[in-house]
Amino acid sequence: MGAFRLYWRYAAASIRAQIQYPGSFLMVAGAQFGVTLLEFAGIWVLFRRFGQVRGWTFGEVAVFYGTINVSFAVAEAVSHGFDVFGTEFVKTGNFDRVLLRPRPPTLQLLGHELRLNRVGRLAQGLVVLAIATRLIGLRWSPARVLLMLATIAGAIALFVGILVLQATLAFWTVESLEIANTLTYGGVEAAQYPLDIYSRWFREFLTFVVPLGCISYFPVAVVLGHAGRLGAPAWFSATSPIFGFVFLCGALGVWCLGVRHYTSTGS
Amino acid sequence: MRAQGYLSVFRMRFLLMLQYRAAALAGFGTQCWWGFIKVMVFAAFFHSSLAHQPLSFAQAVTYTWLGQAFLALLPWSGDPDIAELVRSGNVSYERLRPLDTYFYWYVRAMAFMSARAAPRAAMMFALASLILPLIGFGAWRLRAPATTEAALLFIPAMVAVVLLSSAFMMLINIATVVTMSDRGANALAVPLVIALSGSIVPLPFFPEVMQRFLFLQPFAGLVDIPYRIYFANLSGAVALAGLLQMLTWTAVLVFAGHRAMNSAMTRLQVQGG
Repeated sequence: MGAFRLYWRYAAASIRAQIQYPGSFLMVAGAQFGVTLLEFAGIWVLFRRFGQVRGWTFGEVAVFYGTINVSFAVAEAVSHGFDVFGTEFVKTGNFDRVLLRPRPPTLQLLGHELRLNRVGRLAQGLVVLAIATRLIGLRWSPARVLLMLATIAGAIALFVGILVLQATLAFWTVESLEIANTLTYGGVEAAQYPLDIYSRWFREFLTFVVPLGCISYFPVAVVLGHAGRLGAPAWFSATSPIFGFVFLCGALGVWCLGVRHYTSTGS
Repeated sequence: MRAQGYLSVFRMRFLLMLQYRAAALAGFGTQCWWGFIKVMVFAAFFHSSLAHQPLSFAQAVTYTWLGQAFLALLPWSGDPDIAELVRSGNVSYERLRPLDTYFYWYVRAMAFMSARAAPRAAMMFALASLILPLIGFGAWRLRAPATTEAALLFIPAMVAVVLLSSAFMMLINIATVVTMSDRGANALAVPLVIALSGSIVPLPFFPEVMQRFLFLQPFAGLVDIPYRIYFANLSGAVALAGLLQMLTWTAVLVFAGHRAMNSAMTRLQVQGG
């Protein structure tokens, strides 16, 4: 069976399992929708008081906000296996079984669970993007749609990469570490605003170390017609989502090193 | 004798929770990062507008660091151990103890929160008020209490936060007992707590028309009222009114929780064996 067909089998089985508990699914998805929407309301409260932030209007910031939330929701939904890797695979020794099967472990972990309830954050991100489109009268030309889709794809790749690195760390620490949250949830928090409002050291960290700016700030600024604020050339801004995939490839490289280093806990 | 029982419950739970040092360190790291992002966002906003704001930049920064320092004092979820008791059916043993189950769990909640918060708060105060100025972030530091009066009022205010937050946590625990799962209650608690306490945005920034309601609702006592007492945004009679508000809501929640607990326990279903 090809890798893709196998993945869809995994995904279908996972979805069937999750809709056995419709109440729990609806509650978690609904709560997530609510929490994230409240965070967005918090941004509105600040804009109501201050008017604008470094020249960005509320509608423009909402585009950044919606983009990053849509991407993160998808990334979290597909890479749950990596997210819980430490506690559910390394600590319990279940990774031994994964390694015994004649299929790549990466595929098996991606197929571990497709988290449906992340649809809450996804819906919220889409709602915010729709609001933003109305607020600033954004015209979705084919070029803009294409760049936006590339941005979201790059952002998904980046977040999956971060979760893969978090999982890799568990080969050495056994437990999953909360510290990776600074890059996942913290990354979402930071990328909800355009990068140029932050201090220089923070901006550079989010561009050159963890290329979060490349998969939200630079391309979205092009979509909004505000490219070049940080002096980046236009060709770079438009192609920068590719760095999300570069990051993911790097993360998978480190992951393979980790798999080779893996020693079972024996439990 | 009774009081001694509760006291030893508190002590044991407190010492147990203090053991989780790695968790405290990891949590501290995450909270620093979060604090920096929030402070930078405030800096950008204050830089963009000269309009008069309900809080000054220094006050908003202090509010943010206090929020990160005392994050563990918020009722994010029920006691995970009590959820486990409900799942396994061991909750029936809790009924055999010669203590009122409500207050027994209430004291556990107090110990759970304060032990988790104490080391994190100490580290956060050290970082945000002492280390930040040394590494050139003086404008972003956590300020000392505005006045002696503010400092003196802040201590009972933080005690009241623990009392109030534990009462909230008990409501989640009771919902866990009734619904036999901690999922629903936890999912419902988080949005209410973060929005209405001031954790997302300090409450004074909300529109003027909402201010009276925001001051009177019970979640304000978890974050907004004590922090504004700290930097003397609430002082004198208003600060005392704030303290009174917190204690009144605590009494109401404890009374309601105690009754709900009794009715839940008379209809308690025990799963498993």
